[in-house]
Amino acid sequence: MLGMNTALSAADLGTGRAQRQREIVAALAEVVPRAAILFRHEDTAPFECDALTAYRTSPMVVVLPESEAQVAAILKICHKMQVPVVARGAGTGLSGGATPHAMGVLLSLAKFNKMTIDPVSCTAVVQCGVRNLAISEAAAPYGLYYAPDPSSQIACTIGGNVAENSGGVHCLKYGLTLHNVLRVRGFMVDGEAVDFGSQALDAPGLDLLSIVIGSEGMLAVTTEVTVRLIPKPLLARCIMASFRDIESAGAAVASVIANGIIPAGLEMMDKAMTAAVDAFVHADYDLEAAAILLCESDGTPEEVEEEILRMEAVLTAAGASRIEVSRDEAQRLKFWSGRKNAFPASGGISPDYMCMDSTIPRKRLAEMLLAIQQMEVKYNLRCVNVFHAGDGNLHPLILFDAEDAAEMRRCELFGADILETSVRLGGTVTGEHGVGVEKLNSMCVQFSEAERAQFTAVKRAFDPLELLNPGKVIPTLRRCAEYGKMHVHRGALAFPELPRF
Amino acid sequence: MAAQDPALARLVDQVAGAREHGTPLDIHGGGTKRFYGESPAGMPLDVTPLTGIVCYEPTELVVTARAGTPLRDLEAALQEHGQCLPFEPPRFAPGGTVGGMVAAGLSGPARASVGSVRDHVLGLTLLNGRGEILTFGGQVTKNVAGYDVSRLMVGSLGVLGVICDVSLKVLPTSVATQTLSFDWDEAQALEAFRRWAAQPLPINGSAWHRGQLRVRLAGARAAVAAACERLGGERLETSVAHAWWLSVRDQSAEFFVIGEKSLARGEALWRLSVPAATPALTLSGEQFIEWGGAQRWWRTTAPAATVRDAAAAAGGHATLIKGADRSFGVFAPLSAVLMRVHQGLKQAFDPEHIFNPGRLYQGL
Repeated sequence: MLGMNTALSAADLGTGRAQRQREIVAALAEVVPRAAILFRHEDTAPFECDALTAYRTSPMVVVLPESEAQVAAILKICHKMQVPVVARGAGTGLSGGATPHAMGVLLSLAKFNKMTIDPVSCTAVVQCGVRNLAISEAAAPYGLYYAPDPSSQIACTIGGNVAENSGGVHCLKYGLTLHNVLRVRGFMVDGEAVDFGSQALDAPGLDLLSIVIGSEGMLAVTTEVTVRLIPKPLLARCIMASFRDIESAGAAVASVIANGIIPAGLEMMDKAMTAAVDAFVHADYDLEAAAILLCESDGTPEEVEEEILRMEAVLTAAGASRIEVSRDEAQRLKFWSGRKNAFPASGGISPDYMCMDSTIPRKRLAEMLLAIQQMEVKYNLRCVNVFHAGDGNLHPLILFDAEDAAEMRRCELFGADILETSVRLGGTVTGEHGVGVEKLNSMCVQFSEAERAQFTAVKRAFDPLELLNPGKVIPTLRRCAEYGKMHVHRGALAFPELPRF
Repeated sequence: MAAQDPALARLVDQVAGAREHGTPLDIHGGGTKRFYGESPAGMPLDVTPLTGIVCYEPTELVVTARAGTPLRDLEAALQEHGQCLPFEPPRFAPGGTVGGMVAAGLSGPARASVGSVRDHVLGLTLLNGRGEILTFGGQVTKNVAGYDVSRLMVGSLGVLGVICDVSLKVLPTSVATQTLSFDWDEAQALEAFRRWAAQPLPINGSAWHRGQLRVRLAGARAAVAAACERLGGERLETSVAHAWWLSVRDQSAEFFVIGEKSLARGEALWRLSVPAATPALTLSGEQFIEWGGAQRWWRTTAPAATVRDAAAAAGGHATLIKGADRSFGVFAPLSAVLMRVHQGLKQAFDPEHIFNPGRLYQGL
C-alpha cells in the first residue's frame, strides 16, 4: 500500500531496514498526514546531506511536521521505538551536523516559519525555520535588527543558528547567537516540551540555555526562539586597508584592538582570495596587496567620524600601503560584497574546495598564514584565505578536485594539519561551523579522553539513550585511538625524548 | 597538570578523600557571597591557594586567572592597560575571588547593555567529582568545539565541580561616561526605558528609585556628548556618579541594607528578573529598578508566593536575596522537566554528590 518495495535504493536495501522503515512509517502516519512522510529514495534524496556534500547518508524516513504537537508526537514515537532523530533546518551547515542517520528519522523543521516582532520589548519570537535575514527584514520598519549575520544569512534558519551558535562578521562587537538569544523553546528527546532561558535576562537554576546553544541538535529539538533585537546603527562606514606583507597585516589587527577600538567588523583576505573574489564581483580590491583588511565602524555619525579617524591613524602606523574609506553606503556594500562572496568565488576557481573554521589567538594570525603557505607546498594544493580577523576565526579554503582521489586525500591531510596547528597555537578546531561529522577526528586532538567522556555524560543527562543526532560532535574512544596513533594531544608529544624528522 | 601544581594537587587529593569517605565539600573562595543561595554545608574546600593571573594579553582582550585570585588584583591588572570587566561584578566585602564571581554569576548595573558574566566567559578548567581536571572552551571568542560546558558553570554555585581557572573576555574602559538624573515617577521611568531601548543610545546603566531616574552613558566622547544633548536631565558630577553606581553594584546603598530588626519583622530583599517592558509591579514595600526595567529589587513583607507569582505572571522569576524565612526556597522552583535535566547534569559531573550539596536546590 505504501509502495515499500520501491522505497529503498538497491544499495541500502536490507530486509531488516525495510521492515523497520515500514514500522516507523506506519507509526508516524498515526500522528502526521501521509504527505508529510517521505521514504521513497527519490523523495528522501534531497535530504541526504547538508552543505557538507562530501558526506551523504540516505535517511530511512523524512518527516515534515507543521505544529509543535506533531513534533512532540513524532519524538514520543521515535523515543518509544528507539529510533535516532536528526533535526534539520535549511541544510546550510558546513560540518555535516544535519547528516541523516541511516536507521533514523530526519525531522525537517522547514514548515516552522512564523514570527512575531515586539518593538516594545525589542524582541522577536521566531519559529525555528525562519531565515536569519528574514528577522532583520521584519524588524527593519521599527529601526531594529537581529545582530548575528552568518554569511549564509539569506538561507540559514534561526534553529540552525542556535544549533551551531553561529557568528558572522559583526560578532566581535555584537556577539554570537548565544549573546543575542533569550530563550529557546523546544522538546526533549521523549517529546516533553521545555523552555531554556526566559523572556527576562536570566532564568533560575543552571544556565542550560548556554549549553543548548551550540549543541548541534544533540540535547533537544528547538522549535521556537526568542531573540533580542537591537537598534540599527544610524551609520556604518568601512575602511579598506592594503598591506605589502602578511606579517604587517596581522600586526595591524592586533594594533587596532590594542588601541582600545572594537570595530563592528574586522576582516582579512589574502592576495589569492582577493584576486578570486574581485574577478567574481568586481569590488575594486587592491590586487597588488599581500593582504587587505576591512575595518568597519558603526554608530551615530559623531561616533563613526571619531572612530574612523582613530582607525585610520592606527592602520597607517601599522604600515598600510593604501587606505580607502567608504564614501557612501553603496561603496561600503561594494567593499563587503567581495568578502561575503568568498565561498562562491572559490567555487569559481576550483572544482571543489574544503572550508576550514579554526580560531586562533589574534596575535598568531601571521604565523598561521605562513604555516599555511608552507602546507600548500607540502600537500601540493592551493589554499585561499579569509579571516574574521577581529576574533581570530580563520576560513582557509583548500582548493582541490574531488574526482581525483589522491588530491582528496591530500586535501584531508592539509585540513587536519591546519586544525592541529590551530590547537597548538592555543586555538580551537571550530569557531562557528560546528563539529558535526567533519571534525570528529580533530576533537580527539583538542580534548582529552576524560573531557570527551564528560561531553558524553552531558549528552546523557538530556538524552539517556543517545537518540538525538547520534554520532555527531563527540568521537568514540575507538575512533580517537585509531586517529591518535600518530597524533598528539595539545602539542604534548608522546615520547618527547625521541628525535623526530 | 596536577602534579606540576601543588595547590591544585592538594585540591585533587581533598576531592579524592571526600569521595572515599562520602564527605560533602563546601567550596569557598573569599567567602563574601555565602549569604547568596541556599545555606552552605559540608567540609570547607578552600580554593584561595589557587591564585594568580596565568596569562593576560591586552591585545587579545583575554585574561586567564586562577579561581582564588582576588577580584581586586584582577581588576588592578586590567586597569593598568585601560581595560575592565564590563559586566561589573558586585563585591559585597573585600576578598571576593574570580572563582566566586563566576560561580555566583552575578552582574552589575551594566549587565543589560554589555551582557553578563556568562557572556564573557571563554573557557575554564574544572575539577569534577571524579577528581578529573578538565578544560573546556579556551582563550578565543569564537569556539564551538564540543558543548559549552564552561558557561554552564557560571551561576552554578559550585554544584557541578570546582572551578580552577577561568578565561574571560575583557574590554577597553569607555573613553567617556556621563550620568544624567531625572525627577520622574515610576510610570515615567518605565516609559523612558521602553523608548530608549529602541534607539541607538550609548546607555550603559539605568536605575530608578524614589522618584529619581539615573542613566549612565558610556562610549566614544562624541556619542556621549550627543546623547547628553538629546536626553536632557541633570548632569551628575563624575566622582559623585561613580560612587553612587558602586553603591548600587555592591548593594551598599541604603535601600539594599536590611537590619536584623526588619528581617525579624519579616521584611525581605527580593530580586525580580522580568522582561524589561513589564508594566509596574504592585507589591507592598519599596522598589529599586535597574537594567532598563529588567531587574526589579523589592523590599517587602509580602509572602514568598505573592512575590513569585508576580514575577512569574510577568514571564520572569524571583530570587530571595535576604530574608529570615527561606523555607520556600531561595530560587524559583524549576519545572519537572528542567529539574530532571539538573539532576542528570549533577550525576554527569558529580556522581557522588560531594560538591556544595543543596546550595542551588534541594537534592542537587
